[in-house]
Parts: sequence; C-alpha cells; structure tokens
Amino acid sequence: MSNIESQTIAYVRDTMIPEQAPPLTESGAIKWLRENLFSGWFNTVLTLLSLAVIWWSLAAIGPWLVNTVWNAGSLSECRRILDGTEGACFAVINDRWHQLLFGFYPSDLYWRPVLALVLLFVALAPILFTGLPRKMLWFSAAYPFVAYHLLWGGSVWLPISALLGFVAGGVAFVLVRKINGLAAIFASVLAPVFWWLVVAGPFDDAMSSVLPLGLDFVRSDRFGGFLISLVIGVTGISLSLPLGILLALGRQSDMVFVKSVCVIFIEFIRGVPLITLLFTASLLLNYFLPPGTSFDLILRVIIMVTLFAAAYMAEVIRGGLAALPKGQYEAADALGLDYWKAQRLIIMPQALKISIPGIVNTFIGLFKDTTLVVFIGLLDPVGLSNAIRASTDWQGIYWELFIFIGALFFIFCFGISRYSMYLERKLKTDHK
Amino acid sequence: MKKSVFVGAFAATAFVAGMAQAQTLQAILDRGELNCGVSTGLAGFSAPDANGVWQGFDVAKCRAIAAAVLDDPMAVNFVPTTGQTRFSALASGEVDMLARNTTWTFTRDIDLRLTFVGTNYYDGQGFMVTRELGVSSATELDGATVCIQTGTTTELNLADFFRANGMDYEPVPIETNAEAQQQYLAGACDVYTTDVSGLAATRASFEAPGDHVILPEVISKEPLGLVVRDGDKEWEGIVRWTLMALIAAEELGITSANVAEMAQGTDMPEVNRLLGTEGDFGAMLGLDSDWAVRAISAAGNYGEIFAANIGDQTPIGLARGLNAQWTQGGLMYAPPFR
Repeated sequence: MSNIESQTIAYVRDTMIPEQAPPLTESGAIKWLRENLFSGWFNTVLTLLSLAVIWWSLAAIGPWLVNTVWNAGSLSECRRILDGTEGACFAVINDRWHQLLFGFYPSDLYWRPVLALVLLFVALAPILFTGLPRKMLWFSAAYPFVAYHLLWGGSVWLPISALLGFVAGGVAFVLVRKINGLAAIFASVLAPVFWWLVVAGPFDDAMSSVLPLGLDFVRSDRFGGFLISLVIGVTGISLSLPLGILLALGRQSDMVFVKSVCVIFIEFIRGVPLITLLFTASLLLNYFLPPGTSFDLILRVIIMVTLFAAAYMAEVIRGGLAALPKGQYEAADALGLDYWKAQRLIIMPQALKISIPGIVNTFIGLFKDTTLVVFIGLLDPVGLSNAIRASTDWQGIYWELFIFIGALFFIFCFGISRYSMYLERKLKTDHK
Repeated sequence: MKKSVFVGAFAATAFVAGMAQAQTLQAILDRGELNCGVSTGLAGFSAPDANGVWQGFDVAKCRAIAAAVLDDPMAVNFVPTTGQTRFSALASGEVDMLARNTTWTFTRDIDLRLTFVGTNYYDGQGFMVTRELGVSSATELDGATVCIQTGTTTELNLADFFRANGMDYEPVPIETNAEAQQQYLAGACDVYTTDVSGLAATRASFEAPGDHVILPEVISKEPLGLVVRDGDKEWEGIVRWTLMALIAAEELGITSANVAEMAQGTDMPEVNRLLGTEGDFGAMLGLDSDWAVRAISAAGNYGEIFAANIGDQTPIGLARGLNAQWTQGGLMYAPPFR
C-alpha cells in the first residue's frame, strides 16, 4: 500500500508546519480596535467623534491642570506667578484645606476628628466583613459614644453614663426574662429610661467631681467642612437603616394603629422636600422651645436627615419584602417560628439582600444631601467654599474649590458603591 | 395673600419671642459672649480668614459692640445666616443682633417687628458692563441680557428701572454671586447687576478689572443696617449708640491710635462726653464710662473700619461716596452726644 501511495502522491508532508502568528488584522490591539471601535461606518464615525470630544476637552482642561500653581497666598499672587498663561490655582486648597475638611475646629485638636474617622473604619470593619473576629462587634457598639467624646469632648462621664443606660437595659432584660418574656421587654425599655432620667445626672456629677477626666469641649458651631458632612451623613446612615426596617415592617403590619402611623409618617416625609424639613429644624423649632434653651443645631439637622432617609429606606425595604415569594412567609409559619424569629431568620436576610442596591442608593443620596445644610447657614464644604470666596484673597476663584469638594465626595460615594457590589457578589446564591 | 399670612404669622411669633427676651444685655453678660448674625460670606463685609477668624466691615461692628459690652472684641460668636434664616434667627433669639447686608425697609422694620438701629452702609443697585460694549450710561442698555440674582429686591428694581425707561431686557437668572461672575465672564450676559459694593468687589477679583466699567446710575436705595429685636430698649440703645459712637469718633477725629490719649480728657466737651471723662453716658446705657473708648479701640472709628476692609486701599476699592461724613458730602451723621 505504501508503495502505491509513494508512487501516486508526489509529496507527503511528515512534519507539522510551525504555528504562525495570526494575521495582523486578526490579533491583539488591532483586532480589538476593529471589533470594538471601527466595526462599521456608523461605529467608526462615532469613534472619531468621541476622540474629537476627548481631544477637545483635554486640550481645554489639560494645560489648565498642568500649569497648576500650588503655592500662593492669594488669587492675585497666583495670577502673577502664571503671568498670563492659562492655569489652575490650587493654592487655595493648599491655603484652606484644613477649613474645607474641619471647618473652624481648633487646629491643635485636629487629631480628634482624624482618630474618630480611623476608629470609624475599625468599628465598621466587623459589620462589613464577616471574616473578622466577632468580638470586634463590641467595639462597634461602643463606637458612637467614643466618637461623640472624641468630636465634642467635655467630661468623659457623660457618654459613659449614657452607655451605662443601655447596659442597665440589657441587665434588666436578662434578670426579668427568667420570670416573664413580655415583662423582660418592658423592663429593658424602662430601666435605661429610669437610668437616664434619674441616675445619670447625679452619677455624672459625682464621677466628674471624683475623677474629672475628659477632653477639651468643642462647641458645635466650630464644626464645619467635610467634618459636618461626615457627622451628619454617618449618623443618618447608621440610624436610618434600623428605623427604615421598623417602618417597613410596620407598614406591612396587620395592626391598624401601627400600620396607619407608619403609612402617615412615610407619606408625610416623602411628600415634603428635605430642605423644608431642614428649615423647620433650624427656624421653627426655636419658637416652640422655651427661650434660652439652645438645642444644638447639628443635632436638630441630624434628626431631620435621619427621619427623611428612614422614610425612603422603609420604601426600599418594602420593595424587598414584596419581592419575596409568599411561600417564604408560609414556610416560616410552618416551622412554628414566631413573628420576630421569622423576620430575623428567614424574611429579613432575603429581603435586605434584594434591597442592597436600593439601600446603597439611599445611603449615597443621603450623604450627598448633607450639602443642603448650606441653606440654613451651616458651613459644610459648599458653604465654606462660599465663605472662602468671600475673603479678599480668594475672591473670584471657582472651579478649584468645587473640584476639590467633588473629589472628596466621590471618594466616599465610590467606596460605598464598590462595597455594595462586593456584598452583592458575595451574597449571590442564584445560578444565573 | 399667602405671603402676607406667612409674614403675619411670622411677626406674631417674633413678637412673642421678643417679649420673652427683653433682657438681652443681661443674657450676653451671663453668656460672656455676643451672638452676632453675619452673612455666610460677602467679600469685604464678613468672611473667615485662613485661621477661621471672621474679618470684615460688618464683623468689625460686632467686635466694637462686644468690646463695649464685654471688654473683649474677640468675645463674639459669629453665626452665619442666609437671606432666608436671618430674621427668624434674630426673632427666635439665636442671635442678639444682625450685622449683615440687610436693607432697611418699611415692612422689615414695622411688619416683622425688628428694629433697625441705624445705617451701617449706604448701598445701591448698579450695573457693570464690559468696556468693549461701549456703553456709558444705563439708559443705553435697551435689549441687553442681564445677569440677576433671583428672589431679591434687585430683581424688582431692575424690572422697574427698565420699564420706567421704556427699555427691554432679557434676564439670566443666577443663584449666587460666584455663579454670576462665571456667567458674566463667560459672556452669558452683557450686564451684571447687584449692589454697587458687590459689583466693585466682583470687579476687583477679575483678571483684568480695567476691562469692565461700573455704570454711573444707581437705581435703588439700599441702606444696610444693624438690626435688633423689638421690645428691648436697653439693648437697642447700646447697639445704636455704639454705631453712632464709631461714626461720631471719625467726625471728632478720635482714632484707635489717639483714643487712649484723648480719653485722658480734652478741651472738646463732646469728645469728653463720648469718651466718658464728662457726664455718665455709659451708666445711662447700662455700661461703664469707658464703653466708647473700648468700642473705638477695637477696630478704630467708622472711617478706619471702612478703610481697612473695603476702602480704596483694599482690593475691594470702594470710594466713600454716600458713606462719607456729612461734613464731607456723605450721609454719615451721628446725632449729638449730649
């Protein structure tokens, strides 16, 4: 057979041809370009247009950014240094960054807000990442009191006695639970109230006179800049989620009173713009309080922002609850779980998971809404940018301040958004 | 209609609040600090510097009053207020007085139950145009696009002025002064209109101030005053006469440099009465006899405060104009200390 073959076929290849590189147009960057950018006349035109726009923006902004002046005492000095060439004057950030970040917080105490921010991340870590030791949650629970003391200062015994109120509630619950479950819940509410109203004052005074510990007191009106945005934003975010969950559950409740209170609250808050609530906080409340009592403005704003965000949060979570199949509720009933256990173990984990994008959306919106406080005269970053522009040194500066403020907000909002995407991936149980 | 209901309700609450807080002076002495409402930032008038210390023409008035009352010009807590929050901050007692660009008008004085103790600065609405437009009078502005802050009296004044002169204009509504500067420089409007002091400050911040002219017409009266609540004559008197002391000091030649020397006693009876070496004017106010000396030492007399913050040697570069002493052709006229 082989003979015949050798006679009939002139040439048989007995080695493999070495692999060749694919044609230039079918590989690497050129292929990618052809496929993605120039795959037809329409896409080619779009690509060229986009390139033109990018080039045009870079040509307009590029030299301005590259020629930045970082060291100058005023806008006119910047202009002298630039000497007629186009250029940004980020010297204003160099000169006033501490104001944009901390407002009028005393400069020798800057370590306190910075430490509070670092500890915030430590406190958040065990909540955000389940891989960390669970014991860290104790620090997270104590963090609000630590942060309050770091930011405002004053006697250390004030936050401690406030914290002890919660401890009193916990102790009462554990003690009374052996007798009666329902009574334990009442005891756990009454004990802290009793503590705060009756015991806390004398306790505070007594401890302060025995052991006067504490940091220098910093008044609220010294707060400003990004510090105020963070204080309002973080407090609002962390309080609005539990409040929103309760409101969402209340709205679904069978009890008429609970349900109508929740519905009225949610619909009222959603029907009123945030700016109206802020004006109420800053202007109207003063008339109703007895003269002379100054109820801290930042606290009033935090309360209003929290209530506002909670109403939106409630609706987001209600969406998550509505998305759950009815079978999940029935399964919980079939297992004999009571209402709270069913919510805690079956309903809420699933509903919250579904609602993550909406919840994060509300968080980010809330954080950015904190800039609205500028309208009631609180000097947040935007308010301070106005104040900085009003100084004779920096009058006429515009974009540099907004770029800096925008970058600060972007870092935080982008961080929140990335975390939510991580969380969604981690909790994903379907097989799409 | 709605507005008048609101104003009425506001006035009623302000009245109640005012009754309850008659003892402003005592409250300030107890607190050890003057709560002074200022604007959130207006070039030359009030703005925090790099160290967070408030500076400016309005701020200096607060400091003078704090010096007179508390013997410490720095014992002032500056409360930034916006156009919306200023009157209720005052009426509710959050601030003891307002020293910000607030025009003294009939309704504010009578209907809102506030008291304007005097005029701190005489302003008026003007126009700024680019030099290349070749306009030398506001009556030549027919058909111009005008950048105008919304919701202010300037908007109404503008409409009145153009209608009275039979001209048309196209408004470009803007929110803040900084935004107006950007729009005007970008050529979105031919004309920028606001108070002349604001125009001057804005022009000073331009890269080429010489390319812009402020037209000679001033189309409104804007007397900016210091404001206190109705119903506390004692405190009203202190604020009014501290302002008058600053104005009178300039007329009488008392400056921050020579006030200590003149307080030893001079042969001018009015100076002596003002500075407390004759008579007991301080006691009549509820203060001690050195009150005016301290007020003048804080930041100087009216002319010195003007020169240091907004005068022609500063970047703002305002001429005295209407704010000169009456002896110099202006309107600054302190009643006699007698």
